[in-house]
Order: sequence, then C-alpha cells, then structure tokens
Amino acid sequence: MVDFDVIWQYLPRILDGALLTVALAILSVICAMVIGLGGAALRLARNPLLSGVGAFYSTVVRGVPDLIWMLMVYYSAQIGLNSLTAALGWDFYIEIDAFSAGVFTLSFIYGAYFTETFRAATMALPKGQIEAAYAYGLSSWQVLTRVTFPLMMRYAMPSVRNNWLTLTKSTALVSIIGLEDMTRVAQQAGSSTQYSFAFNLLSALLYLLITYVSLKVFSYFDKRYQRGVLVGAADE
Amino acid sequence: MSDTLELFYLAFMQCLEALPITLMLTVVSVSIGFLIALPLSVIAQRKKGIAAKLTNGFVFFFTGTPLLVQLYIFYYGLPSLAPIGQLMQQPGWEFLKSGYLWVLFALTLNTAAYSTVIFSGAIKNMDRREIEVAMAYGMSRSQAMRSIILPSSLRRALPAYSNEVIMSLHATALASTVTIVEITGAASYFNSTYYEPFIAYAAAAVLYLILNTLLVLLFRLIEKRYLRHLAPQKVQTV
Repeated sequence: MVDFDVIWQYLPRILDGALLTVALAILSVICAMVIGLGGAALRLARNPLLSGVGAFYSTVVRGVPDLIWMLMVYYSAQIGLNSLTAALGWDFYIEIDAFSAGVFTLSFIYGAYFTETFRAATMALPKGQIEAAYAYGLSSWQVLTRVTFPLMMRYAMPSVRNNWLTLTKSTALVSIIGLEDMTRVAQQAGSSTQYSFAFNLLSALLYLLITYVSLKVFSYFDKRYQRGVLVGAADE
Repeated sequence: MSDTLELFYLAFMQCLEALPITLMLTVVSVSIGFLIALPLSVIAQRKKGIAAKLTNGFVFFFTGTPLLVQLYIFYYGLPSLAPIGQLMQQPGWEFLKSGYLWVLFALTLNTAAYSTVIFSGAIKNMDRREIEVAMAYGMSRSQAMRSIILPSSLRRALPAYSNEVIMSLHATALASTVTIVEITGAASYFNSTYYEPFIAYAAAAVLYLILNTLLVLLFRLIEKRYLRHLAPQKVQTV
C-alpha cells in the first residue's frame, strides 16, 4: 500500500526537521521563561501602572489565537524593519528568517503563559518562609535568589511542564510562515508523493515521541524539586 | 492616521463577515466533542480492559500531537487513502469531498480528547464519601454515576472546561491553513489584497478578544448558576 522506499528517502529530511523543531522549542521556552519572570514581576508590582501593563500583556496575548500572532509578527516585523532602515537612510534590506521570527513570536506568546504560571506560584508561597528568611538577616536580593525563586519554581513545576508541552506543539505553526520544520517537511513530502496520510502520521508519531521523552525528563525533575515535600499522610 | 482607521474598519468588517464560520466550527466541535468526552471519561476510570486502553491511546495521540498535524492528517491524509478516495466518487458519498467535514473531524476529536482529560480528572477527584452515600442509598454503580458522580464532577470541571472551550475557539483559526475562510482566513485575505498585515491581523485579534471576553462572561454566568454552593456565603450577623 505504501512504498516504504519513498518514506525512507524522505526520512533524513524529516529528522532534520525534527531537530529544528526541538531547537526552536528549547530556545523559545528559555526566552519565554525569562519574559515570564519579568511579566510576573510586573503583575505583582505594587505600582498599579506596572501591574496594569503586566495584566494587559498576559490577557491580550492569551486572548488571541497563536496563529494570528505568528502571522502578524512575521509579516509586520518584516515591513516595519525595512521601513525603519529606509527611514534611517540605510540602503540594505533586512530579511527576518522564519526561525528567528518563530523564536520571537513563540517567546512573546508563551511569555504570557509563563507570566501567569510564575505569578500564581509566587502567590502560593507560604509567607512564613520569606519572613523567616528576613528574620535570619538575609538581604532582599538573597531572599529573592535563595528562598523565593527556588520555592516558587517548585510550585510552578506542573504548570511549566504544561506550558512546555503546549509550546512544543505550537512550534508546528512556524511551518506556516515557511520554516522547514518537521510539520512542513512531512506535509510537503506527503503532497508530492501522494502518501499524505503516512507522512503526516509519521510526523505526528515523532511529536508523540517528543512529548513522551519530555514527560520522562519532567518526572525526573519533579522528583528532584519535590524532594522533601510530604504530600498527604503518606510516609515512605 | 484616518487612512489607517479606515483600513482597520474595512478589515474588521471583513473579519466580521467570516464570524459565522468561526462560530459554527466552534459550536459544532465543542458540542460533539462534549458528547464524545462524556462516555470516554467514564471509560477512562477503568483500570484494565481494551476500552480503557483505546481511550488512553486516543487521548495520548490527540493531546500529544499538534492540532495542525492532525488537521493535515484529516484534510490531506485521509482523502488520499485509496478506499476513502474511491468512496468519494460513489453517488451519495459526495459529502466526503467537503473540506469542512474533515476540518470538523480534526477539531472535534481534538477537543474531545482534551475534554476527556478534564472530565476524567474531575471524576477521579470525586469525594469518596459522596459515592459511599449513594451506595448506602442502594444505588447501583451506573445509577450513582448518572445521578451523583457525573453531575458533581461536571460542575467541578467547569472552570477548566471553560478554558478548553476558549482554546477550541482559538483552534478554529487553524482551519484557515486549509482554505477555510473563517476570521483568520478573512484577515489573511484582506492582507493579500491590501498588503497591510498589521492592520489585517490586528482586526482579527480584536474580534477574537471580543469573542473571548463574551465566552468568559458566559461561563461566569454558568458557574454562578451551577457552582452556587461554592460561593462565599453571607455571614449572618445577629
């Protein structure tokens, strides 16, 4: 039914695409977490203007489909940059490649999700821990880096995992703006060989593999970060 | 400036014209998805058996892969298979040629999988004592499921489920990648005519934000009605 030789031929390109997908996801999640930390700091700020800016960012970004942001940023940023260079009188043409546009947009979108994650986790912190840290004479920077942040990450872990899983799946959208990622390579291979079903199923299975491996990695980290946490009445 | 506003108005109107398609895709996929997720979330409670395994496999596949890939599988993949391709040519089966059908298949199964996760989680977190009381009243397992466990679990699942409905609304944007002109498709069409990507997609974004807000408000009303027992009670002062 399916000529496996054909699939075999395309396999290296699809695996290259898979690597690109993973690279895109890892780079984006790192940037998104940094943006999320900043966003959470804004949202938690006492200044109403700052917290308003944070709330506006996270609400608006999460209220619009990812695809819209992807298309808007990719096409507008291109035009915007070129009119900027033209206005400055430089006569060169900057071309934004799909990879950077993808990293930028995914970080911008998932930064909003991480903002909510880190905000909720910070608000869940027991106040006593932080008070105790101050009582020991730690400076506020020390409290932030040695107590608040590590504790907050522990609370944030389940949500970080969810955001990562959603983000890896969202990377598929970058294929729409022309990046040769796994989704695009498989779809193109499918349409040029008439084995659309087999090729798209193959890329779906590779995504499942990524999901499966990430779940394993996260359960390792869960054990690490949850060390010392007693849940319920269980004693081990 | 007024030019920009005028273009924005034009783009917004074009997106508004495509609104019924977005609403149709959302309503159909969410309601059929709900009907699929309900029995699946009950089956997912079983510890063994082929039905539970199939349900878990279904959920793992549809929550573990990108919706875009699922869309490609259903829109390009399935019709390219020989048996389905031949069936399309048979009289009475022409409806299989409609792109909407395959897009709805993908959207529905996707939201069904996510809803199954939400509902089965809520059933798992059911208060043990409520079930014991039902049993003590002499209810059978299925009676308890129908009149005690499901109503209670669905109520508790409401906040998470409302989120899933909003995600399903956002998911319909992907239909534009397979030639369906819903809101995002209309924005892309506007962009290809006027070459104003920012205005085109900003108009679509505003429309999605409005829909989003309406859905949030709607679910707040539903939660107010069905989660009334969880609302903070007024303290009576003597």
